[in-house]
Amino acid sequence: MSFRRNAILGLVTVAAIGIGIFACQTTGRSTDLVSARDAAAAVYVPPGEYDEFYAFMSGGFSGNLTVMGLPSGRLLKTVPVFSQFPENGWGYNEETKAMLQTSYGFAAWDDSHHPELSMTDGVPDGRWIFINANNTPRIARIDLTEFETKEILEIPNSAGNHGSPFITPNSEYIVATTRFSVPVPNRDMPISEYASNFKGMLSFVRANDPGNMDVAFQIIVPGYNYDLAHAGKGPSHGWMFFTSYNAEEAHTLLEVNASKRDKDFIAAVDWRRAEECVAQGSARSMPARYVHNYKGEDRIARSEMRESVTVLEPATCERLVYFLPTPKSPHGVDVDPTGEFIVAGGKLATVIPVHSFSKMIAAIEEQKFEGEVDGIPVLQYDAIIAGEVPDPGLGPLHTEFDGRGFAYTTAFISSEIVKWSLETFQVVDRIPVYYSVGHLMIPGGDSRQPWGKYLVALNKMTKDRYLPTGPELAHSAQLIDISGDKMRLLLDFPTMGEPHYAQAIPAELILEKQLRLYRLSENRNPFATMGEGAAKVTREGRRVHVQMTAIRSHFAPDNIEGVEVGDTVYFHVTNLEQDWDVPHGFATLGMETAELLIMPGDTRTLTWVPKQPGIYPFYCTDFCSALHQEMQGYIRISPRGSGVPLAWGTGGRLTTQAAN
Amino acid sequence: MNRLLTILAVASALTAGCGGGAPEQESGEEQAAPAPVAAGGELTDFQLEHGIGPVTEPVQLGEPDEELAAAGEQIFNLKCMACHRLEDRYIGPPLGDVLDRRTPTYVMNMMLNPTGMTERHPDAKAVLAEYLAPMPNQDLTVEEARSVLEYLRLAATKVDVEQ
Repeated sequence: MSFRRNAILGLVTVAAIGIGIFACQTTGRSTDLVSARDAAAAVYVPPGEYDEFYAFMSGGFSGNLTVMGLPSGRLLKTVPVFSQFPENGWGYNEETKAMLQTSYGFAAWDDSHHPELSMTDGVPDGRWIFINANNTPRIARIDLTEFETKEILEIPNSAGNHGSPFITPNSEYIVATTRFSVPVPNRDMPISEYASNFKGMLSFVRANDPGNMDVAFQIIVPGYNYDLAHAGKGPSHGWMFFTSYNAEEAHTLLEVNASKRDKDFIAAVDWRRAEECVAQGSARSMPARYVHNYKGEDRIARSEMRESVTVLEPATCERLVYFLPTPKSPHGVDVDPTGEFIVAGGKLATVIPVHSFSKMIAAIEEQKFEGEVDGIPVLQYDAIIAGEVPDPGLGPLHTEFDGRGFAYTTAFISSEIVKWSLETFQVVDRIPVYYSVGHLMIPGGDSRQPWGKYLVALNKMTKDRYLPTGPELAHSAQLIDISGDKMRLLLDFPTMGEPHYAQAIPAELILEKQLRLYRLSENRNPFATMGEGAAKVTREGRRVHVQMTAIRSHFAPDNIEGVEVGDTVYFHVTNLEQDWDVPHGFATLGMETAELLIMPGDTRTLTWVPKQPGIYPFYCTDFCSALHQEMQGYIRISPRGSGVPLAWGTGGRLTTQAAN
Repeated sequence: MNRLLTILAVASALTAGCGGGAPEQESGEEQAAPAPVAAGGELTDFQLEHGIGPVTEPVQLGEPDEELAAAGEQIFNLKCMACHRLEDRYIGPPLGDVLDRRTPTYVMNMMLNPTGMTERHPDAKAVLAEYLAPMPNQDLTVEEARSVLEYLRLAATKVDVEQ
C-alpha cells in the first residue's frame, strides 16, 4: 500500500459516501468503452503473436515482480526477488538462499513497490530493472537477459524503503529514502524523543556496475517521512527530488497529527554537489552493518557484510539540499519529459502544484528563502511555482507523461485519472477507474521520451470487477488507450500481489537479447556434473553429496544406497539439456524445502536431512517428455550406524564404496 | 524475428514430445474421405543416404585424427553419454559401430538435427519407434559434431559392440 492502510479505509469510506462508487457497480462495464468490439480488437494478440510491450508489475506484498504483456494483459512470468518462491526453489536452494540474507538475518518475505528500468540518456534501455524492498530496506537488480534477480543491496540507517529505487538519466544512481525516520545510528531510546533524535536519510546507490552496487553516500535530513522521488532530466539533470510528509514530526496517530500543516516539503538535492562535498572531504564515514548479495559468474549467490557508509550533512555541505514547500502531504513527485516541471501529488490537496525548475534555480540565486530547517534553506512557494492545476479530482497521487505535452494524474479518492495540459495547467479529459487508483504507468512515462500509447491504472480496490473469489480478491489493473484526445478504457486484468507500480518498455528492446540456455561448458558450479559418466555420490563425514545429472528422461544416479538417518544430503542436480525450454525439476519424498527447477545447463542444489529409515522416491517435477513419468529414482535411507556401503548407479550397474 | 522465434518454439515443443510435424495436404484429387498423410513429405536421394540437416555435402573422413577424436570424446562424455554408450544399447542405440550402419554425413546430421531427422527420415523414425525416447538437440556446432564423429570413428576399432 502506498500509504497507511487505515488512512485508505478512511478515505474509501469518504469516497463511498461522497461519490457512491460502491453503488455504481455497473459503471464502466460498457458505457465507458467506445465499443466493446473496438476495445477487444485493440487488445487482441492473435495466437503465436507477441505483445507490443513488456510490462513489469511490482508484486507489492508478494515481494516479487511479475512480467505481463501489453496490450493483452497476459501474465508471462513471476520473477522472484525478495520472497521465497517454492515454485522454482528461489531462496530455498543452495544457489539462491544467500540472496535473502540481511543484517537482521534471513528474510523470507518483503514488500516490493517500485520497478525502475535502467536508463541511458534519460530513456529506458532494457539492461536491468531495479526494485525496492519496503520493509527491510533493500534494492534488487534484475537482469533482463535472464529475468533473474542478480544482486541485492541492503540500505543502512533506513527504515521503510518506500521512495526507491528511482534512477538518474544515465543510471549513475538509484535512490533510497526512509519512509520511517529512526534514530541514526539506530539504538534504544524512548519513542517520545522522536523530534530531537529521529532522522531521515536520503541514500544514493551506485547502480551501473553489476556486482558492485554500493551506497555512494547518504544525506541526513530532518525526521520527516520521505515518500517518493524522481530524478531531474535535461536542464534539471543532476538533481533529485524527494517528497516528504509529516513535517510535524509526529510519532503517533499520523493520520491526524501529520496532516496539520498547510505545506510539507519536496527536498531538491544537487547530487553533483554531493559528489563535490565527498571529494572535498566534507563527508564522514559512519559505522553501519548492511549486506550485499550477488550471484556471480558461477550463478551461486554469496553474501558479504559491509561495515561503514559515507554520510553527508547539509549543514557541512552548503547548496546541497533545498526544501520546496508543497501543499498537504505530497506523495508522488514527477518530472516532465522536458525536465522543467516538477509535479507533486498532494494527497490531501485540492490542486496539483507544479514547480518550475528554472524558477527554482533563479530563486536559489536570488536567495528567495522563507526560512531554514537544519541548515536546509526553504524556498518561497510563490517564487518557484509554475502553476496549480485546478479541479484535479480528490486525492491526487501520481503523474506520468505522454511526451505530447500532456500529463496524467491519478486521483485516489475520486477514483479517476485526469489528463491535463503542461501548457495551460487545465484538465482536458478525465476517466473513471475501478477502483481507487494508486500509481499509473505509461511505458517510458517517467522518462525523457515516453511511448505514449497506453496507460495502465494500478488500482487498490477490486470489489466487483471479476468473478468473486471469497474475501481475498486479485488486485486489478486497467489498460487505457491514450493515443487520441479522449482516453478510452480497453481492458481490466487481474495482477499478482499488489501491482503497486509498474514500468513497461517496447518488446524489441528486450526480446532479441534473451538467453535461452546456459552452456554446459561454462557451468562453474563446483558441484556441476559434467556428463553422466561423472555422476557420483561422495561422503564427507555426515554430509553426502549426490552429483546427479538430468536429461530426458532419467536421472543418474537413480538408485542410491548407503545414506543414513541424520545425514545431510545435498542433491546437486545438473540439467544436461542444451535446448531451449527443457527444464527438469527435482523433489524427494519428505523433504522440508521446495523443489528444484533446473534450467538447461545449470546446476541447483537441494538439501535434505532424512529422519526415518526407508525407501524414498524422487522424481522430475516439470513435465519434460513423453517419458517424463518414467523420470524417477530411489534413495535408500538406513538406520544410523547400519554400515550399508555407499552405492549408486543407473540402469542396474551400481558403483559401490565401502562404508566409512 | 517473430517467425524465427515461433519456429524455434514449435521445434522445442516437438522435442519435448508433443507429437509430429504438420502434415502436408495432398492436393488435386477428389476424395470421399481424407487419405492418410505421411509426415515429412518426399526426401531426396542425398537425404535418404546422408540424412537431413546442415551437412549437405558428403563428409570426407581423411586420415585418422587422434587430437580431433580426443576433443570429440570430451563432448561425447558431456552431452551424449547420458543416452549413448559405445558397446551397449542404453537409452539410445550403441554407437561403437554406427559407421557400419550409417554414412558419416548421416551421423553428423543426426547429431545436429535430431528433431528434423526423427520427424522425417524413415531410418531415424524406425530407430525412434524401437527406442521410444526422442533424441534431444544438444546444441552442437558443425565443428563439434565433426569431432564427435571422429571419436566414434576411432573408437569403433577399439570396442566390441553387443547387438
